Amino acid sequence: MSAELLKTPLHAFHVEHGAKMVPFAGYEMPVSYPAGIVAEHKQCRDSAALFDVSHMGQIRLIGDGADRALESLMPIDLIGLGLNQQRYGFFTNSAGGILDDLMVTRRDHDLLLVVNADRKAFDTQHLVTNLGGRCQIVPLPDRALLALQGPKAVAALAQLNPDVAGLVFMTGGSFTLAGVECYVTRSGYTGEDGFEISMPADAAEPLARALTQMREVKPAGLGARDTLRLEAGLCLYGHDINDRTNPVHAGLTWAIPKVRRSGGEREGRYPGAEVIALQMTQGAPHKRVGLVALERVPVREGMNVVDSRGHRIGKVTSGTITPTVDKPIAMAYVVSDYARPAAEVYAEVRLQRVPMRVTPMPFVPHRYHRG
Amino acid sequence: MTTMFTPDHEWINIEDHEAAVVGITLHAQEALGDIVFVDLPAVGRTLKKGEIAGVVESVKAAADLYMPVSGEVVEVNDALRADPALANRDPMGEGWFFKIHVTDMAEFEQLMDPPGYDALLKTL
Repeated sequence: MSAELLKTPLHAFHVEHGAKMVPFAGYEMPVSYPAGIVAEHKQCRDSAALFDVSHMGQIRLIGDGADRALESLMPIDLIGLGLNQQRYGFFTNSAGGILDDLMVTRRDHDLLLVVNADRKAFDTQHLVTNLGGRCQIVPLPDRALLALQGPKAVAALAQLNPDVAGLVFMTGGSFTLAGVECYVTRSGYTGEDGFEISMPADAAEPLARALTQMREVKPAGLGARDTLRLEAGLCLYGHDINDRTNPVHAGLTWAIPKVRRSGGEREGRYPGAEVIALQMTQGAPHKRVGLVALERVPVREGMNVVDSRGHRIGKVTSGTITPTVDKPIAMAYVVSDYARPAAEVYAEVRLQRVPMRVTPMPFVPHRYHRG
Repeated sequence: MTTMFTPDHEWINIEDHEAAVVGITLHAQEALGDIVFVDLPAVGRTLKKGEIAGVVESVKAAADLYMPVSGEVVEVNDALRADPALANRDPMGEGWFFKIHVTDMAEFEQLMDPPGYDALLKTL
């Protein structure tokens, strides 16, 4: 049954650094190094951490009409996306549910999509099926992806090429790093300033070594990546968002620009547009919220959320005690009456009810470099 | 002083007659990673061998703690409650979980001795 796990180009690097390797989305990936999740998390908040995210999907869309074509699957503004600008968005289904969330960057001769690892096969097929005649769809299995994240990420990466310091949040460009041409964006999944670096597979290990030899940088695994993104209030596909949650439920309507909303110049014309437009006006029955526990008991994915009388009002989709906040934090979907700051709810943790307070996200302020 | 082990990676150490201390092994704490929470049983509770006596949670995962032998809980480690990472730093010492009065010493004798537990670890 168990298919052979895939390896990223940094597999040997992880093993050499003593990583605890686990199966994730069909790949054997480092969950943590000997420092441990807490130390790796703090490393990212205090200095800089290097993550291997080569398991994620990189896909090029090539052709003059690629932006317009992609707008038929995503409620974001791609026609208005400038050269070397990056946007966050999602593929929706006909009910408005989220099929995947992804980053799109306009480059010289293509749009570069970065999609979730366990959705890349689906996404590629989705693109081929729906856009096949309108643009060329080229998956990039031979590209590695590294994320360098943290307040000192810029100082570290600038040692390899000072020009990267000129990028601002959600922009990108081609830069030579350690002798190899890479495509670098100033973005990430931790809430910190940082970069994502796309490069040929065989360039990943030399670059990872060059970076981790710097005083500021240490490797970090998927465990820390998860606690960091949770503190940053960022959704994890398959957990906090899925094909049964739409962008209104998920609180992601900020990603839908005016031009694609009702009354906009290119309104609608994406799967589920009517449902999403209706709920944006009338409100959603339940919403994603941040929760902080008032007692020090971890609250985890799958636990029920109840009101003071024990009636079920929702479910936790992510949760743990995180290193920076050092309190149990969680994301949950709750009925909209409770989706307001300071609302008091309870999580059912084994035999007890843990009181929690609805809290605006992010739990830890973002520190993006907006220039 | 004899320490014995369970297949669930708890240790139990007889201190004096039927008074014993229970904790998790070095392997268990390594597998869990950074421990952030422990739920300990109430003092005075009597639990059977194999019953859930508590919970130990790391940043990443939660694991049940099983009663290694039947007995009455006579003391819990309040220092561990305040600083769960003690179970990472010193799982076989300062990071103990609770003390029990063993009901049936025969159950203790049936657990794995140190060479037996080492052999189990080699199979993992």
